[in-house]
Amino acid sequence: MTTSTQAPPRSAGAGLWRQILKHRWCYVFMVPTLVLSALFTFYPIFMSWYFSFLEWSGYTNDRAWVGLDNYARLIQDAAFWGAFGRSFLFVLVAVPIKLAISLLLAILLNNESMKLSPVFRTMFFLPVVTTAAIVGIIMTFVLDPFNGPVNQALTSSGLVEQAIDFRGDKDAALWTVMGVEIWKNMGITMVYWLAALQTVPTTYYEAARIDGAGRWHLLRHITVPILAPFAAIITLLTANQTLHVFAIVQAMTQGGPARASEVMEVYIYREAFVGDGGLPELGYASAAGVFFGLAVMVVALLQIWVAKKAHSMRAAMGAQR
Amino acid sequence: MSRILTPPTSAHHGLDGAAPTEGATSPPQRRSRAVLRATIISIILIPICLVWIYPFIWMISTSLKTNAEAFSGLGLVPETLQLGNYIRVWSEANIARYFVNTVLITAGSIVISVVSTAMIGYVLGRYKFPGRFVIVALLAFAVFLPEGYTIIPIFDLIHSLGLADSLWGITLAEAGGAHVIAILLFAGFFSQLPKELEEAAVLDGAGFLRIFWKVYLPLAKPVTATAIVLQFMHSWNDFLLPLVLTLNQPDLRTLAVGIYHFQGEYFTDWVGMAAASTISLMPIIVAFLFLQRYFVEGVAGAVKQ
Repeated sequence: MTTSTQAPPRSAGAGLWRQILKHRWCYVFMVPTLVLSALFTFYPIFMSWYFSFLEWSGYTNDRAWVGLDNYARLIQDAAFWGAFGRSFLFVLVAVPIKLAISLLLAILLNNESMKLSPVFRTMFFLPVVTTAAIVGIIMTFVLDPFNGPVNQALTSSGLVEQAIDFRGDKDAALWTVMGVEIWKNMGITMVYWLAALQTVPTTYYEAARIDGAGRWHLLRHITVPILAPFAAIITLLTANQTLHVFAIVQAMTQGGPARASEVMEVYIYREAFVGDGGLPELGYASAAGVFFGLAVMVVALLQIWVAKKAHSMRAAMGAQR
Repeated sequence: MSRILTPPTSAHHGLDGAAPTEGATSPPQRRSRAVLRATIISIILIPICLVWIYPFIWMISTSLKTNAEAFSGLGLVPETLQLGNYIRVWSEANIARYFVNTVLITAGSIVISVVSTAMIGYVLGRYKFPGRFVIVALLAFAVFLPEGYTIIPIFDLIHSLGLADSLWGITLAEAGGAHVIAILLFAGFFSQLPKELEEAAVLDGAGFLRIFWKVYLPLAKPVTATAIVLQFMHSWNDFLLPLVLTLNQPDLRTLAVGIYHFQGEYFTDWVGMAAASTISLMPIIVAFLFLQRYFVEGVAGAVKQ
């Protein structure tokens, strides 16, 4: 952009060719990334479509073209719809909680007089950098019904009469992994909010204070309007990440008991690589993946559309003022 | 763009210095009120933070107990320090091998992804060439793609490329994921550098490669650090990909996967698992504490883009 490249001459292909030749090094420089993306991003997308039309265990080369059979089976599979619903329930419950707690913490920690702020930030971010498999192990023990400290504390203080089997009870398992997932990844959302808050120039607050604005006014008229455009993208990023939760669930419950905490990614993994009594089915699992991927895309596009609408409405309202 | 390069803590330090407008009202009073408020918030947050990191404290404490002690009490202080737990899992549980695998995969994927994202970021940030828009659009599209369901084709691809029995398959696949933010950071950074640097280098007879390698890349240290940390976090902690690619290859497992299988085999050995977990966790914690700034910037960069 900073180099003085002229706009390509509109007339002929020769001009375009000169442009391409002139920038040949640019194309060379893009090769590594484009190869990696082609192999590990774009190829898989097309192949998962193709696989979804096959009956294929992955162990042999027997790939039979079965057309839409996998999809037909899928929509009659109660376990699939269970996992599908649980993934979206997960998002609907966990995302608002993450967003709210992390925003509150970010506002508290974004205080210039807080000398301990970096220490707190580090502590809240610690679970984020921890491998999910380790979180799974720690939580398995911490939440153990017999010897875990949480249950011992709950029972000895008389809060509950009987120890709660957080992982093994089918009514509790999903909420347990949800709680742990919120605990693990809340720090990311908090850093997003902090990044957004730090784009607010402190001079705005200074000027407003001099004009006699109270804390509520500062929040209402400076912080909220500046955070609003970020809120859309933060929600999108957090929702996307929450929707694809896998490691925590696999490490803590493997989707159990009796699939009570099975979310989509765990379902796909199980169908593709573990099998349910029988052989694994890569084709069938691919169909589940494609279906889920499409649903996610639709939701993401919807979110972007809503965010855009809200943005333009706000802009219109701002213009009237 | 330069916002991202500012450490998060420094951005709001303006108030501690002498902001020119402060004299208008009564700053000392307001400042002491602010300090009081900060103290109250800190006092409220300390117990919350302790509860927040309690599982880690518990893990380290358990790793230093005997199994009998671990199963019997809430106390966090072990009766006698059982450092032998660490020696035992290190030699028995194949932790050393998983550790080496993880280091190799992480280091390899960092080199591959940082070099490739710096290169593409450089040309996207500094040059307008035919096809640029298409590339940018493709990359932007990739941000919104769900990552999880690509695992089956990747599994198949690695096997058909004949990479299933070496660490290369995992390394490449790790390098191939989640790099769009790094590209954006590099492109944004390079686009802001003055082109006079390049002109001077050209006068000295430097070619495209030398200009990139000797002039511009050395200036991009902060972005490079952020890109390294992002990839480090991604590769070190990744679970699904190495799990799937090492289902029949126990010797290629990473720490995350090894620990997971260890849990399945030694379910009642709490102290062993706690020790193994602590060993696996230490490198990333140390890296995080030293490179905290870049971790936070990298994550924050995702939003500001």
